[in-house]
Amino acid sequence: MINIHEVVETNEMIEKENLDVRTITLGISLLDCIDSDLERCREKISERIISRAKDLVRTGREIEKKYAIPIVNKRISVTPMSLIGAACCKSIEDYVELARTLDNAAKTVGVNFLGGFSAMVSKGMTSSDELLIRSIPAALAATDRVCSSVNLASTRTGINMDAVALMGKIIKETAEATADKDSLGCAKLVVFCNAPDDNPFMAGAFHGITEADAIINVGVSGPGVVKTALESVRGENFEVLCETIKKTAFKVTRVGQLVAREASRMLDVPFGIVDLSLAPTPAVGDSVADILKAMGLEQPGAPGTTAALALLNDQVKKGGVMASSYVGGLSGAFIPVSEDQGMIEAVECGALTLEKLEAMTCVCSVGLDMIAIPGDTPASTISGIIADEMALGMVNQKTTAVRLIPAAGKSVGDRVEFGGLLGYAPIMPVNTFSCGEFVSRGGRIPAPIHSFKN
Amino acid sequence: MKKTIITVVGKDTVGIIAKVCTYLANNRVNILDISQTIVQEYFNMMMIADLSAAEKPFDTIADELAQIGEEIGVIVKCQREEIFDSMHRI
Repeated sequence: MINIHEVVETNEMIEKENLDVRTITLGISLLDCIDSDLERCREKISERIISRAKDLVRTGREIEKKYAIPIVNKRISVTPMSLIGAACCKSIEDYVELARTLDNAAKTVGVNFLGGFSAMVSKGMTSSDELLIRSIPAALAATDRVCSSVNLASTRTGINMDAVALMGKIIKETAEATADKDSLGCAKLVVFCNAPDDNPFMAGAFHGITEADAIINVGVSGPGVVKTALESVRGENFEVLCETIKKTAFKVTRVGQLVAREASRMLDVPFGIVDLSLAPTPAVGDSVADILKAMGLEQPGAPGTTAALALLNDQVKKGGVMASSYVGGLSGAFIPVSEDQGMIEAVECGALTLEKLEAMTCVCSVGLDMIAIPGDTPASTISGIIADEMALGMVNQKTTAVRLIPAAGKSVGDRVEFGGLLGYAPIMPVNTFSCGEFVSRGGRIPAPIHSFKN
Repeated sequence: MKKTIITVVGKDTVGIIAKVCTYLANNRVNILDISQTIVQEYFNMMMIADLSAAEKPFDTIADELAQIGEEIGVIVKCQREEIFDSMHRI
């Protein structure tokens, strides 16, 4: 039988160490909403999302109550919209209308974000993909809760450099279209290499075409729990350090698994995966940077940071995999800047640079995340940063992503404020040497060789 | 039988257990096990309870217990046992 010390431990994790379930994400296929008539397509999408997700928020609250565990977000992901809109969207404005439809449906069912305004273009763009991509700045400016993602590269197909060049411009346009809100649109837009079909986390969630009609994916969190556990083993060797992380990750993930199973049962929707990511928030103590500090680094960005992060990421997976029957999504430590108080401090004191962050993304998910850069950064430079990150993912057979905020009208020394879970970010300097000639060549970077791995 | 864990955390005062137990008895909640400890000078009590004979739904009992806790200056939480089982048992 459960004893009082176990009960106290669990409740301290929840109350003092910010243990929570970060998101229950309901994936919904919209493939059978395709219609050659835009109005009809919009009606079907609305009807489908509302009928499938009407009980999502209420169910989330009931589970919270039952176990006294906070479930921070209830969200929806849908089939990449470039597939759904291909038959009826003939203009950018048509796609903006589809985004509005998604936004209204999200508001009706009460979820805080809906992901899937997306296109998968790792090898080539259809005309529908390109229209959707070109509509992103207007779509994200016209909506509040819609998130957009574009898969630009994969290990199997290489990097679509035409799309990379285009996305550099689109990210800038999105920043300018939402300049009045500190370029908030860019916080809802991410580009990927090897995007997973079952990611429950925003902004990159979409319901991939390998998925069933509907699915429940759950993202767990708990950087604060790992940090507290590590504080009790200060000075111990790596074996003790690794075991501590593994055990903690196991416990955190089991809660995610329980919530996922329960949500699946209550909503009568199959359980998909638990995403084992350590997702920080701007709340004090809920920080991946603080874990790195507890491991013995003065600040994230100090030499040794990449090794520490590699260790952390691997042990979280080792502990988490056994705790859940199905693991998927991004599954790794997130290192967003604006959403992590410790990362913000590391940037402000000069310990952490864009280049070091790039190195860190080689060993953890998910990429350059929520990083504010000067508003006058050329589109080609943004494309260059994206290309670098895509290359890391492509060669290392992992998911990588870029979510940059070229803050309109701001420069190094300023900051952008988003509030809530998105936090705030100091503007980071970017290498000012040009890569314009390189990214504007056009075409693709071929897939890497998959043999001769020496 | 689905068990519920009721925890009481706060500064130790006279009558905490009595108040909580009276409420449980009045609502036909059976107490299966009870234990207590002091953690960092705070009184911690845990009860394993069976709500199957209770007429009120889980939600209401959880809310009313929380309310009683507020009145006597302690935190009373009601959680289904599965969360602890999941976390601490393989």
